[in-house]
Amino acid sequence: MTSHAKAGYDRAVQDFTDAFRLAFGLVISLDADLVEIVSLSLRVSLIAVFIACLIGLPLGARLAVARFRGRGAVLVVVNALMGLPPVVVGLLVYLHLSRSGPLGSFGLLYTPTAMIIAQTILIAPIITALSRQIIEDLHEEYAEQFRSLGLTRSETTRALLRDGRRALVTVALAGFGRAIAEVGAVIIVGGNIDHLTRVMTTAIALETSKGDLPLALALGLILLVLALAVNALAMTLRRPDA
Amino acid sequence: MSAGVTTHGLAFDAGGNRRVGPLDLDLPATGITVLMGPNGAGKSLLLRLLHGLITPTAGQIKISTDRQAMVFQKPVMLRRSVAENLIFVLKRRHPRAEVEGRCRNILREIDLEARAGQPARALSGGEQQRLALARALATEPELLFLDEPTASLDPASTLAIEATVMRAAAEGTKVVLVTHDTGQARRVAGDVVFLHKGMVCEHSLAADFFDSPVSEQARAYLDGRIVL
Repeated sequence: MTSHAKAGYDRAVQDFTDAFRLAFGLVISLDADLVEIVSLSLRVSLIAVFIACLIGLPLGARLAVARFRGRGAVLVVVNALMGLPPVVVGLLVYLHLSRSGPLGSFGLLYTPTAMIIAQTILIAPIITALSRQIIEDLHEEYAEQFRSLGLTRSETTRALLRDGRRALVTVALAGFGRAIAEVGAVIIVGGNIDHLTRVMTTAIALETSKGDLPLALALGLILLVLALAVNALAMTLRRPDA
Repeated sequence: MSAGVTTHGLAFDAGGNRRVGPLDLDLPATGITVLMGPNGAGKSLLLRLLHGLITPTAGQIKISTDRQAMVFQKPVMLRRSVAENLIFVLKRRHPRAEVEGRCRNILREIDLEARAGQPARALSGGEQQRLALARALATEPELLFLDEPTASLDPASTLAIEATVMRAAAEGTKVVLVTHDTGQARRVAGDVVFLHKGMVCEHSLAADFFDSPVSEQARAYLDGRIVL
């Protein structure tokens, strides 16, 4: 290792050490700014996941059960939308919410609501596509029994959503993972305004650009721990297969 | 309560091949009709056609009731508790206030009351099939289709299923049962339809069928010889 490389390595190690120390200190002291940023991150992402589930779960279940002309094309589109580039979504939402846009009169740009809208658009296709696959597999197993019982399509959809709930929790978690880690769209429509729309990812991007790597790393570590905690909580909430 | 089943020219094709038919059947409106025949004869397919799970390629099916139920060879258990598997169908037919009591009565009848809260999928094969049969009967069907319901069950479980089926038939439910078990057919059948390669070889009263089968295929089947 050259002396230059060694100096870089030592600096990185020092950054990590500082980051851990800073992260620990911020959490222990319940730093007001940190709490605000983390709270907003969770609030925006959880609301977005909730709305995306309200849209995506019934839609996924309906797509799993229904057979109609053009269904294959719809599935291709839904699956493709899972890979929506966040910055493109951010830009489209920005254009709609900006003063001259069709929804400009609502004054939503650079508010948490705008961030929720952008995240919902990003994760609703993920929830829809993944739940469609899970429900379709379950429907294959139940289809004859349900038809034998004379269930309507609506009854079938409700029963499949209920019985697929364990796997669907994982789908919601996948959506949450995408939402909480998202930066491109929320920075465009939220603006990363301190005390208003600053969330963990946008704060990390800002601190990194300012060169404050320890703080950026500290926020990154907290983000990772939060993601782990939410997953662990969801695991404990999942009842055994009944 | 009775449910006659008749078919005219009933046929089903798959992959360009005739799988069943053309069949002209006239099943008695009461009692237990047993469908027998070697593997691939089209018994399960015929059952699904009669129950409306598959659309026939040709012909007509006339059944005098819509109140039908079916129990499958591999019982389909919802990912719910034993009681909830019953409640699922009971609440579609009965007022909410009655559902719990009815559920408890049924579970007592099938000796699963102690396991009401357990996941249905944790039951043994015999218990699952008892529950599946009870769930089907909870819909109060006038016509009950059974597709080899005891195929993988031990003798005690088989007899328990047979007793329930015979009780339902005695109370007026028309039963159409597919089985490979000749002993079971002898115990429960009122009449037997023997199928071979998708066609009816003979349809006769059970006593006549077992004492003096008319077709060579049925004789070979009952003798335990290979039917080709």
